Amino acid sequence: MSFLQRFAHNRGALIGLIILLGLVAFALLAPTLYPQSPWRVVGRPFLAPFALERFPLGTDTLGRDLAAGIVHGARVSLLIGVVSTLVALLIGVPIGAIAGYSGGIVDDVLMRFTEFFQTIPSVALAIVLVAILQPKLSSIVLAIGVVSWPPVARLVRGEVLSLRTREYVQAAISIGQSTPRIILSQVLPNTIAPIIVMGSLMIGSAILLESALSFLGLGDPNLMSWGYMVGAGRSRLLDAWWISFFPGLAIFLTVLALNLAGEGLNDALNPRLARERG
Amino acid sequence: MTLLTFLSSRLAKGVLTLFAIAVLNFFLIRAAPGDPAQVLAGEAGAADGVLLLQLRERFGLDQPLLTQLWIYLKGYLTFDLGFSYRQQQPVLALILERLPATLLLTATAFIVSLVLGVAMGGLAARRAGRWSDSLITALALVFYATPLFWIAMMSQIVFALKLKILPNVGYETIGANYTGLARALDIGVHLVLPAITLGLFFTALYARMMRASMLEVAGADFVKTARAKGLSPGIVSRRHVARNAILPVVTLAGLQAGQLVGGAVLTETVFAWPGIGRLMFDALVQRDYAVLLGVFFVSSALVVIFNIVTDLVYRLADPRIEATS
Repeated sequence: MSFLQRFAHNRGALIGLIILLGLVAFALLAPTLYPQSPWRVVGRPFLAPFALERFPLGTDTLGRDLAAGIVHGARVSLLIGVVSTLVALLIGVPIGAIAGYSGGIVDDVLMRFTEFFQTIPSVALAIVLVAILQPKLSSIVLAIGVVSWPPVARLVRGEVLSLRTREYVQAAISIGQSTPRIILSQVLPNTIAPIIVMGSLMIGSAILLESALSFLGLGDPNLMSWGYMVGAGRSRLLDAWWISFFPGLAIFLTVLALNLAGEGLNDALNPRLARERG
Repeated sequence: MTLLTFLSSRLAKGVLTLFAIAVLNFFLIRAAPGDPAQVLAGEAGAADGVLLLQLRERFGLDQPLLTQLWIYLKGYLTFDLGFSYRQQQPVLALILERLPATLLLTATAFIVSLVLGVAMGGLAARRAGRWSDSLITALALVFYATPLFWIAMMSQIVFALKLKILPNVGYETIGANYTGLARALDIGVHLVLPAITLGLFFTALYARMMRASMLEVAGADFVKTARAKGLSPGIVSRRHVARNAILPVVTLAGLQAGQLVGGAVLTETVFAWPGIGRLMFDALVQRDYAVLLGVFFVSSALVVIFNIVTDLVYRLADPRIEATS
């Protein structure tokens, strides 16, 4: 079976992928669907869903359209999820590759460093980082990247450790290729599959963390985000449940879709493992 | 390695970790925009020139960076985590006052999620492929993707505001003045929603790990032997498979404890639970950086201590580890 067939064979992965494609479409079309700023007050506050046809998800405490907020929020969540995962890979992959390939004291030091970052409670570190560097897009992305790279480094180190002793790597060493070249052209390309799988699963966690930060008031004040919207509905939970409900549901569906697709990717890239798992 | 050398090496590593976090805090204060004295004073500093002058003197802010670092670290060595000018109290006192509530919440969530997760994962593995397995796997997938703060708020709507069977927020009924058992019961009732919503994500995590671990062990030779000598499937999966499958789950659960402390910030914020997580949120709102960094340090210290305890329990529970380490 080809990669695509294997992926399509997994029903959950397919559903995840469809939800994701829908989300990406919404995110791309946001300026066309809702050309006005999602911060704009457009109607009476506390309108229930479908009370007016114009506002299918209702309005929030100030009379902003929830549907517009959710569509614009999709851009923010997906953007931060993807970019901060790239940041985490950018930190984690080199550290893991150098540690695994060098071995010895370099490996020891880098792994201690990784362990240190794994010990620190990641939500607390992310909160402190964003609070200190001021809530804005760049500091949020940086904070999520900084707290999410350790598993990447561990994964890459393990892969590199087992690849280092392979014959083709030994051959590259004996013909005198430089170490950076061996790592980049011989070792790393063979670790791409697990890195892709881990990365796709990390986007979901990054989105969860971003929503938690903006829920706590640490979101970028210029960007409408789902976490902020959930938080904004807190004061009127009983009489206007929808203000917090829909944005939270959007986060849930996005993360679920990412996890489903990520797992499908994993099974499709490791067909042997998937069959064993039954 | 004897227990004593093991313990001392772990303690040394823990102290080193905390030292590194203190250094990290020092540099974070300097990474904030503005004068470090202003950062340390929080919003109180904006108006008070005398205070800023005092702070500059106390932390040697006109001296070389290394001297400043030394002065800062000396504070941590003497259990001085700074002073909250906003609340007019030492940071450590503020934290210690809130610590028991957080410990109660996180410990309960940890135990509940571990027990539930192991039970669910074990059940799913025993019925691998059947509908109850699919249901548990699907539930785990759902919990895994649910934002903690959102499910906390939704459970508030359902169980506290609509059904009115559980209290909405807080640690105990204010003004009830319960004592003894009645008070413990009252706190227990308040604990239900925060502990369960905090534990949901981890329940899902442990269930998935337990299921995978059970299936892995089930293929081992000693399990085949047990089956071949005629033991019933129930006994084999309980005595032979589950006991061995649980070990890696407990190890990983111990490592995950840090995330539980972080999650407590969100849970405590939603449920107005008077722990250090709520303290952190209040500090965030008030831009009280001294408290923020203090809570960060203490929650990291909690994780370090917890990891040492897990390692210790683990070693005592499984003598094979001593032989191989």
